[in-house]
Amino acid sequence: MAITLSESAANRVQKFLDQRGKGVGLRLGVRTSGCSGMAYTLEFVDETLPDDITFESFGVTVLIDPKSLIFLEGTELDFVREGLNEGFKFNNPNVKNSCGCGESFNV
Amino acid sequence: MALLQIAEPGLSADPHQHRLAIGIDLGTTNSLVATVRSGSAAVLEDEDGRALLPSVVRYVQVGIPEVGVEAQLRQTDDPHNTIASVKRFMGRGLKDVPGAAATPYRFVDSPGMVRIDTRAGLKSPVEVSAEILRVLRSRAEASLGGELTGAVITVPAYFDDAQRQATKDAARLAGLNVLRLLNEPTAAAIAYGLDNASQGVFCIYDLGGGTFDISILRLSQGVFEVVATNGDSALGGDDFDECIYRWIVEQAAIADPTVTDARLLLSLARKAKETLTDHDEAPICVTLSSGQAIDLVLTAETFFTLTASLIAKSLAPTRKALRDAGLGVGDIDGVVLVGGSTRMRHVRRAVADFFQSEPLTNLDPDKVVALGAAMQANLLVGNHKTDDWLLLDVIPLSLGLETMGGLAEKVIPRNATIPVARAQEFTTFKDGQTAISIHVVQGERELVGDCRSLARFELRGIPPMVAGAARVRVAFQVDADGLLSVSALEQTSGVQATIEVKPSYGLSDDEIARMLNDSYSNAQTDMNARNLREQRVDGLRLLEATQAALDQDGWQLLSEAERATIERAMETLRVMLNGQDPVALKRAADSLNRATAQFAARRMDASIQRALSGQRLDMLEV
Repeated sequence: MAITLSESAANRVQKFLDQRGKGVGLRLGVRTSGCSGMAYTLEFVDETLPDDITFESFGVTVLIDPKSLIFLEGTELDFVREGLNEGFKFNNPNVKNSCGCGESFNV
Repeated sequence: MALLQIAEPGLSADPHQHRLAIGIDLGTTNSLVATVRSGSAAVLEDEDGRALLPSVVRYVQVGIPEVGVEAQLRQTDDPHNTIASVKRFMGRGLKDVPGAAATPYRFVDSPGMVRIDTRAGLKSPVEVSAEILRVLRSRAEASLGGELTGAVITVPAYFDDAQRQATKDAARLAGLNVLRLLNEPTAAAIAYGLDNASQGVFCIYDLGGGTFDISILRLSQGVFEVVATNGDSALGGDDFDECIYRWIVEQAAIADPTVTDARLLLSLARKAKETLTDHDEAPICVTLSSGQAIDLVLTAETFFTLTASLIAKSLAPTRKALRDAGLGVGDIDGVVLVGGSTRMRHVRRAVADFFQSEPLTNLDPDKVVALGAAMQANLLVGNHKTDDWLLLDVIPLSLGLETMGGLAEKVIPRNATIPVARAQEFTTFKDGQTAISIHVVQGERELVGDCRSLARFELRGIPPMVAGAARVRVAFQVDADGLLSVSALEQTSGVQATIEVKPSYGLSDDEIARMLNDSYSNAQTDMNARNLREQRVDGLRLLEATQAALDQDGWQLLSEAERATIERAMETLRVMLNGQDPVALKRAADSLNRATAQFAARRMDASIQRALSGQRLDMLEV
């Protein structure tokens, strides 16, 4: 199992990294907060950590810490448009239920 | 589910705690909203993919006013209720509205700010601006998928306190939390400074729809410092349209255009201007309500000539800003063009000639300001590490108070960086004086009468003392938005008085514009004087040359009548030389030139004949 980006997500991430002018990749993670247990985090990476697990997807480096990986195994990150809004979406097969807006979830 | 954006390392927001921040460029002609998403600033578009929202509001009988393109389209049919360029009226009293008579609006003077009579009732410029902001706000909320934490709104560097306060009020009315107001050129610098990692001294030349601003900024190690600002609050793209409009009216001999025709012709003028950005000719074809058909072609060359004076008008404040900064053209490392009007080829050329370097244009001049504002907003809500860059802004006009003899004592000098607090001590003038009247003024001139009055208040309850014994400490404080508060404290007794200069919108004080452009108008006087002097020198030279020629061979080459004509023209020129009108003087000189053209040609022939006679053809050195 792995963590993947959809092609459109990878293109976006690459574009944002280019515009930002620095950064080695994208960090996905979860943290325990929010109304329904856990919440996703999505950040640029300037420094990798010793325990990081690395994936490659359409040329973009994705980093994740081992603890988060347990909850994110098999996730695909997608980039979608909804009306005027646009952003990234986690398609995470581990999720059992999530809060109404989907920002936090339970496994 | 909610859509996520990429955060800076360690700055991921908690669920439902996204700090959505926007930057708004509330322009005279067009307004924009931008935000920073996943680390990059982008302008937000509407459902139809349009970034620019025309700053036009049309009031309808009932319900929500139309804003933007729809309103702009109806401008011609419904001129009284369709408000365009409302930014020019922000924080202004009726007599301070530039060219009020030329607009189709029914202005109503009211205490404070002017009102406009529309079919939906009296509307203040603040309310009209709020309608524009409301549309941008809902566009942003739809695009970002949530409620906004705050907004940074840009204003021209030259906006005075009344205009800044009016802008803030409009934002609040539109339900926006104003993080701060930001000078437009400073916003542009942020956009360029960050995106291009530039260093050095930069000049921001911002020619928008209705305002011109020039700013000189020093960028180093990601730190911005504004070293000087200047500008003209009544110069912009609208004036170029106006020039073309006047040209059409003159060329087509339109006697008295109706309001509707005027609007129509103005919009054609604007279109022609835009066409000339990348074409050499612009056709102007229309049928007026009177049935008169107009079919004209405006060439780029004519347009450039028509509007050359407008460009010259922008260079005077530019020179002054350089002087204020103590810099020469050679010290400027780069020039940034901002505002849609800088797309005009001759504007670019004039700026390039003035600075002797090609201006920077790699960001869209319409979007630069909004992008910079979005970056600033992003920083202020805490989505970005704050130690990355620091922003300094300046006071555009000195702030001070009136002292004996009607003199203005400057407490905070022009171009001081804000926020700033300065204090100065004053004392009583008469024995037993128990109160001091504090008159807060703004401006560069030495006499209070020449400065703008901002507020008056009194400090009472000073214990009677001999003159000069009281120690009144007057503190001026300007917050990050450029709004002023003044407090006075008598230090021996501790009596205190404070005033927030939420300046009277009224601007009962005359002519801010005159004051702001004072240096410019002096420059104009100087320019006229110089022009007159130059014409005099030319005229004298011409008279002398003509006289010498007449004495030499006038009798041989001219008939009596021809000679008389030339002498008449000489006499006219002599009279004009003593006058004060450079234009009439030039005309007289030109007509003498024309009168002597034939004479000059004959003299030329005669001298060639003299030179050639008695020479063998093959001896001539050709």
